[in-house]
Amino acid sequence: MALADTRPPVAVPVADGVHWIGALDPGLRQFDIILRTANGTSYNAYCVRGRDGVAVIDTVKENYADTFFARLESVARYDEIRAIVLNHLEPDHSGALPELMARAPQATLHISARAQATLKGVLRGEEELSRVRITTGEQASVSLGDRQLAFLQTPYLHWPDTQCTWLPDACLLFSGDVFGCHFCDARLFNDRVGDFRFSFDYYYQHIMRPFREHVLNALELIEPLAPALIAPAHGPILREAPCDYVRRYRQLAAPLLHNEAATSEKTLLVFYVSAYGATERMAQALRDGAETVEGVRVSLYDLAGGEVAPFVDLIEEADGLVFGSPTVNGDAVKPVWDLLSSLTLVNVKGKLGAAFGSYGWSGEAVGLIEDRLRGLKLRVPAAGPRARLKPTDEELRACRDFGRDLSLHLTGRIEKRIIDMAALG
Amino acid sequence: MPKANVTFEDIGITVTVPAGTRLIEVSEKVGAGILYGCREGECGTCMTRIVQGAANLAEPSVLEDRVLKDNLAGRDIRLACQAQVLGGEIVVRPA
Repeated sequence: MALADTRPPVAVPVADGVHWIGALDPGLRQFDIILRTANGTSYNAYCVRGRDGVAVIDTVKENYADTFFARLESVARYDEIRAIVLNHLEPDHSGALPELMARAPQATLHISARAQATLKGVLRGEEELSRVRITTGEQASVSLGDRQLAFLQTPYLHWPDTQCTWLPDACLLFSGDVFGCHFCDARLFNDRVGDFRFSFDYYYQHIMRPFREHVLNALELIEPLAPALIAPAHGPILREAPCDYVRRYRQLAAPLLHNEAATSEKTLLVFYVSAYGATERMAQALRDGAETVEGVRVSLYDLAGGEVAPFVDLIEEADGLVFGSPTVNGDAVKPVWDLLSSLTLVNVKGKLGAAFGSYGWSGEAVGLIEDRLRGLKLRVPAAGPRARLKPTDEELRACRDFGRDLSLHLTGRIEKRIIDMAALG
Repeated sequence: MPKANVTFEDIGITVTVPAGTRLIEVSEKVGAGILYGCREGECGTCMTRIVQGAANLAEPSVLEDRVLKDNLAGRDIRLACQAQVLGGEIVVRPA
């Protein structure tokens, strides 16, 4: 059970000259619409004191600003603040930023280059924007006199703007959303709070997984640092065996299933739903055609008999995806949309995509699925075959040809087509 | 009227088009994977990588330049809703 925050809002020591000045939100049960939060969450912010001044790292959600400022005031004066660091500009971290900039008008703001566009939606004043320092090149670190903060560029974890901040003398990583989780416990530290391991994994799967390649890039930067303490923007501060959590990210970023196909082999997954067997016959014909091309492993799945999650795992590793759906009341059927709407959990950009299906009246499903696939940034090389009710032999032949062409696309052996725009109408 | 060949790498199709055509007009017709939003050069959704033949496109307008800069786009990126073909060979793919 989440513990209510009953303490007065004062800062909590984290390391030498470093305090937690965040806020607890134990009653939250849903975060950003997509995440369930049985234990609420915390908005972690930190204050770092050096000989020549103070740095504030991240802020909190706007409606927790009073708590944040009270904790900050318990360890620092506003005129001591030299640097404000925003590792990520989403509103749960930038909510108190405009007010903090106003209270500390001498402070510079340190953000990644990618954060600049977002910042214009957070700060509106030209004067405030003139205090921005981009955390690359000569500005990749900031001095507090006897200690430095260094910035690690870790984009897409989980927004384009994300960065981490490293305090070398304390071996402390302010990691932003990386290594974070939605788990609120006033005891703050991972060796004191309740068991939050499920929240840690759940957070990775829903927030970081779509950016797996970027996670691996970030780990290349973080692992050599071997942090002695990790201070994330949500959830427990990791002071007991923090590198175990770094290793857990490495495990979570590994492919979930080993693919037995040879590394040179491409994989094509054909998913279908069929009411009367017509779309199923089209699926089988497409599969048969796709299998005629060497170097492609083709798999066929009836969506009506499976759960979404394992299919998402398969899709994450696949090279090509094909969806077959009948048209019901002008739309593709729900099992297809259920799967397609779950693909934001993984990276599908650049995979091959296609659709096909049987219909009774109008047959919109194929086009709607193709549009969705393009929206997910798959490449959709050709309009898929459709058949009214029972597919004829000729229509099944067209499905086989379509399957073969998809395999040829996958293997880069498709004959290039040249057409005149005038012929497109 | 001068013609140009625009190749969409993601779908393996080359289209012969009249000079003056904007990339998005062709992309939309052949179903290439270039997404678009406003179609007025403001939202940046249709950012497209010019793999080859950048000189065969009209120079970007001040507006397009600003949107590309705001989005930290590389030098080989154009907005498909703004970029007009002049002639020759152009190869593109979604950014």
